[in-house]
Amino acid sequence: MEGFYSAVSLVVIVPLVGMLINLFFGKKLGEKGAGFIAVGASAFAFVIALTLWATLVNQDYAPAIVNAPLIHSWISVPSAGIDIPWQFRVDTLSVTMMLVVTGVGTLIHIYATGYMHGDERFPRFFVYMNLFLVFMLILVSGNNLLVMFVGWEGVGLCSFLLIGFWFDKPGKHPKEGTVGWSNSNAARKAFIVNRIGDFGLLMGIFLTFWTFGTLDYYKPNEVIHLHHDDAPPPVFAVEGLEAEGEHAEATVTEGEHGGAEAAHGESEIHGIFTQAELWFEEGNHHVKFGSIDLDFDVVITLITLFFLLGATGKSAQIPLFVWLPDAMAGPTPVSALIHAATMVTAGIYMMVRSNSFFYNADLTSFVVTIVGISTALAAGFMALGQWDIKKVLAYSTVSQLGFMVAAVGLGAYAAAMFHLVTHAFFKALLFLGSGSVIHAMEHGHHHAHEHGHGHDDEHDEHDEEHHDDHEFDPQDMRNMGGLAGKMRLTYITYLIGALALAGIFPLAGFWSKDEILADAFTIGFDEGELKGYLALAVLITAAAMTAFYTWRQICLVFYGKPRTAAAEHAPESVSAMTTPLAILAVGALLVGFMNVPNGIPLLGWLFEGIFGEHRFTLFLEESVIHAHAGDFNAVLALLATGIALGAMYAAHAIYGSKAMPMPMEKDPLEDGQFQPLFALSNAKLYWDEAYFKYIVYPFQGAARFLANTIDWDFWHNFVHDRIIGQGFQGAADVISQPIDRQVVDKGFMSLATGVLAAGSRLRKTQTGYVRTYALSLMMGALLVIVIILLPTLRDLLGI
Amino acid sequence: MDKPEVATELFVLLSAVLFTLGSMGVLLRRNAILIFMSIELMLNSANLALVAFARQWNQSDAHLMVFFVMTVAAAEVAVGLALIVTIYRTKQSTDVDDLHALQG
Amino acid sequence: MQLETTGVSLTSVTLFAPMVGFFILLFLTKLSDERIKWGALITSLMTLGFSILLLAQFKSDEIGLQSEHIAEWIPTFGIYYHVGIDGISIWLVMLTTFIMPLAILISFNMIHERIRLYYLFMLLIEFAMLGVFVAQDMFLFYVFWELTLVPMYFLIGIWGGDERRYAAVKFFLYTMAGSILMLLAILWLGNEAGTFDVKVITEMVQSGVLSFSTDTERLLFLGFFLAFAIKVPLWPLHSWLPDAHVQAPTAGSIILAGILLKLGTYGLIRFNLGFFPNASADFAPWIAALAVIGIIYGAWVAYAQTDVKKLVAYTSVSHLGFVVLGIFSLTSSGVQGAVLQMVNHGISTGGLFALVGILYDRRHTKAINAFGGIWKVMPLFSGIALVISLSSMGLPSMNGFVGEFTILLGSASSDVLNIWFTAVATLGVILAAVYTLFMFNKVFMGPLDKKENQELEDLTWSKNWTELGALVPLVIMIFVIGLYPSPFFELMDGSVGDLVNFVNSVAVAGK
Repeated sequence: MEGFYSAVSLVVIVPLVGMLINLFFGKKLGEKGAGFIAVGASAFAFVIALTLWATLVNQDYAPAIVNAPLIHSWISVPSAGIDIPWQFRVDTLSVTMMLVVTGVGTLIHIYATGYMHGDERFPRFFVYMNLFLVFMLILVSGNNLLVMFVGWEGVGLCSFLLIGFWFDKPGKHPKEGTVGWSNSNAARKAFIVNRIGDFGLLMGIFLTFWTFGTLDYYKPNEVIHLHHDDAPPPVFAVEGLEAEGEHAEATVTEGEHGGAEAAHGESEIHGIFTQAELWFEEGNHHVKFGSIDLDFDVVITLITLFFLLGATGKSAQIPLFVWLPDAMAGPTPVSALIHAATMVTAGIYMMVRSNSFFYNADLTSFVVTIVGISTALAAGFMALGQWDIKKVLAYSTVSQLGFMVAAVGLGAYAAAMFHLVTHAFFKALLFLGSGSVIHAMEHGHHHAHEHGHGHDDEHDEHDEEHHDDHEFDPQDMRNMGGLAGKMRLTYITYLIGALALAGIFPLAGFWSKDEILADAFTIGFDEGELKGYLALAVLITAAAMTAFYTWRQICLVFYGKPRTAAAEHAPESVSAMTTPLAILAVGALLVGFMNVPNGIPLLGWLFEGIFGEHRFTLFLEESVIHAHAGDFNAVLALLATGIALGAMYAAHAIYGSKAMPMPMEKDPLEDGQFQPLFALSNAKLYWDEAYFKYIVYPFQGAARFLANTIDWDFWHNFVHDRIIGQGFQGAADVISQPIDRQVVDKGFMSLATGVLAAGSRLRKTQTGYVRTYALSLMMGALLVIVIILLPTLRDLLGI
Repeated sequence: MDKPEVATELFVLLSAVLFTLGSMGVLLRRNAILIFMSIELMLNSANLALVAFARQWNQSDAHLMVFFVMTVAAAEVAVGLALIVTIYRTKQSTDVDDLHALQG
Repeated sequence: MQLETTGVSLTSVTLFAPMVGFFILLFLTKLSDERIKWGALITSLMTLGFSILLLAQFKSDEIGLQSEHIAEWIPTFGIYYHVGIDGISIWLVMLTTFIMPLAILISFNMIHERIRLYYLFMLLIEFAMLGVFVAQDMFLFYVFWELTLVPMYFLIGIWGGDERRYAAVKFFLYTMAGSILMLLAILWLGNEAGTFDVKVITEMVQSGVLSFSTDTERLLFLGFFLAFAIKVPLWPLHSWLPDAHVQAPTAGSIILAGILLKLGTYGLIRFNLGFFPNASADFAPWIAALAVIGIIYGAWVAYAQTDVKKLVAYTSVSHLGFVVLGIFSLTSSGVQGAVLQMVNHGISTGGLFALVGILYDRRHTKAINAFGGIWKVMPLFSGIALVISLSSMGLPSMNGFVGEFTILLGSASSDVLNIWFTAVATLGVILAAVYTLFMFNKVFMGPLDKKENQELEDLTWSKNWTELGALVPLVIMIFVIGLYPSPFFELMDGSVGDLVNFVNSVAVAGK
């Protein structure tokens, strides 16, 4: 059976192959072929994920570590003790994520073949989508923090590419009207804001490595250290790693751990999480960073805070959530897959994965809770006043992610994961539904423009007049209305998604949201912790807002009368788009039942008998050490549902009971006493403006100042060219003029003229006649002979 | 000794006469070819002296020098005649007095 | 000190291979332009072939020099022709021989004047740079070091942009000024040691036979350091770089950023760390501080540039800051990361300059604002540009990340630097995204609203195979190093580990 575990590499490789095929041959394959390859790759990956799940169930949920094929080690620096392998981990947590990613991913791929139909860069779109799957699956299946980081940044890249997919499409700018740069800028913003989070994650990774001497979650052959389980599941290695018979016992070395050095010994046996558990149990552990000696608790708090910064980036939490609403510039399937169902949950996954760290870090847990609940509240509030159908869903996503983060902070890891899964279903459903609506509105708009001029419908004329002077926005809910009749299937599925989001019994959102609230209640009232009270109060408020804006959206989009010609002529979407909607709707109805809590009054026997109690939590507990099931709280469940229903009723009273004016320009709330609140929500709390004013513009100004004034004008031009360069030149002038010209040069010049004069006299001797030369040669020779013979001559002559 | 011994002085004397003739030729003649021939004469007079001394001291060193001189003379002729031909082609004359481009 | 001479080794063969082509091109004056280009390309490919052989026969389990070749040169002064490679220099040799054919290839369609002279200089500079990396005699090193200046001076001065003379002279004088101090240091050190041989001096220093007073060691250290810091360039000595880069021809920029800057960082490892462990440890925090300032400063300044080439030039200041930080972390991980990052920077920044050059060749402008939306018309080119940009900003699974991560891990665990260096340097990762995406966004994305841009033609194999041929190997190497860098570390592990152990045993342990 171990063999099946190694299929985990295929989960990554299959979409990679799909992506490569479409990258190189996409144009030749055409729409049909490219779509088939992409959907096929995604579906195949889903099947493999299912196989892995089945294998896990078969193997008593024993996790496994699998080496990547061909390249085992990634960054390996032996003399520095760094060894980071390409390793995958199959356990219940990673398989859950894989199933969500590939399952929802496949449906969205199918949907996208319909949605992107006719786009000139159709194959390229699916290249990016498959690439996204590759990175997302690397993220969830890696066995160490760095492999996860590969996926982490990779999905950020895909998000960038997909948000900017229509990089030249004009978009709306709050101040400058329609501008061509909005999509590209949104893409860039997403990447950069994410990178700020990545900085945190990287710092966390450095600290982790420094502390533990490894980055592996768990090591092969290692006994997972469980608090509450007496029979730890065996971990066994696959492929290449010998499965040794004797499991190294979780030995705790005596005495001091001298920081990285001591950690090095343990890092051979234990991954980071087991080491952390052991050290927490042992207590009083110290980590030495050079000369600094830190308490282990402090180190873990630092690491987790850095991790939290990473999570706020990727999972769009305060303060880094600002990129997500802008990210809606991408095609709607992208919003559904990346910015609702999967990528944005990576932060939650990462924190749940590191639950051994977070569980024991009290300060961080408190901060995480605060971040989560404030995001849930703020984003819920901002969603109330949006006009763009996708912006509402975007803020809703931010808000729901806040719920999950808060759950992590409360230590309710199972609840966080549960909400992650249900949210993936109903939010993907809502996004795809909104895509269907937008698609229909665009079609309707075209239709109305082609045929609408002869139309005698009064509001049609009116609409024409009103909208001809500026661009028609198919995403603006003011242009919609009455679509329930036009798009039956879209409406029904959207309604299911909306009810699930609002947390209405017995849809998916009810169960998962209730689980989080129940945990908050337990922490607050049973354990008396401040974060519990806070979370309970804030999250219930946020849940009410959720119900309100959801129902506002339903009313504005589907109820009433069509407010434009486009809405009048909106057709139902093609089956490639509606089929995934239907499947997701079924999911949104049913996934909640996989984690039905125990002790539900009245209906308990039914659910528990059929679906089992806390199935999902029990499943997760196999790999998430600190996961635990929350207690069902009937009063709380009733209260929350009641509040949600009340909010929906209120929304209906405002938006659904009476027909909206045509054309609609104002929200009914803008007329009443709620006007300032609505304006605040509509302006998104001026959050972006604040960032621009206090961070972006100063940064840009500083950059310009640094580049132009300091580096160029001062350092380059003034210091180098002026002082050094011209100073040198000035000195050179002084040396060259008075000194060189007047003294040195003159001296040498007079010498030269002397030589010249002598030369001109001497050259007279050169006649040019050969015989002259020959004669002088001869005379010379004679002279030499005479000189040689002179002594002899002298002797001869006797002088 | 069958033949009467000729005194070395006589060879040297002849050599001196030939050398003087040659040098006079070089100095007084203006035709390049004749100058050239005079040079040859000088070279050969030197050869004669060398051979004479070699005979007197019964050593072959001087013979060696003679061969060198002959070789050099041959090479000189080859180069020199070629030069003269080229000069003749350009100047239509072999008169060395016409070649005074180096006049200072 | 007498050295035993040896026979010719593969190192020498690799070193002199470009000169074979050089002399052929020099003496065969009647070759057609086409043949000159091909002659230069084949020569550089041949050099690449020899260096691959060199790599193949490199024994990773041996510490110290391999493929040595020692011959007498100026015996009176104890100066030898001594070349050889170790785990550090092999990668820089590989980088040189890998980048050069690409730089030559991309010049095929870009250089139209004085073609023979141009390729002569290309081969000469390859020879000189290889010489710097393999020389094991300080004097020989110095000769090669200075020899690199001459061809680069002419490459900028003849084939450069509008202000080429100014840039060429500035480049020459600035780097020359540093070299003079190095020459003094070399003479002083040679006098102290009684030899100019790097290997012998290293052994003498390691065994304690040669030791300096603190002041002497520091002065010598600074003599070498200044020359190298200018070449790197370490902030704030970077002022020559934007000029040289902006004015240099495309291939000149590629060579300058890809290889020449690494002469400095290589020298820091070989001489400053190898000879002066105490001074290295003493100065490490200060130098690392300059490096970290450079990382942030370079990235920040790059963001405000309006000229693409200048932007890329400033990113070098930032990237090389990482390399220097890694070197002066004095950890094995940091130094190995630094060596790998030298290679990475050569690939990614070389690639960026190639991209800018290709754009300039078509549009005759380097102003960022002149572009926009050209992804639409040049999808293949833009795709390659995306990969190279991402590699430059350090996306994991690409080469830049591996180097940066290893460096930062090294600096985080350094005994001489504290965690703040790492933290601030890691901020550079954000800034890298800011400037890279700013550039990518403005050039490739957004609306295609300028007429000149709408007529741009994409790269195709049939029409622009030279440009594609230069870019594709870079893209391949980006992923090879990004996904499987272990072999790179494996080969340098012995040499670097040895060096770092020595430095630490002397300096850090002594504190």
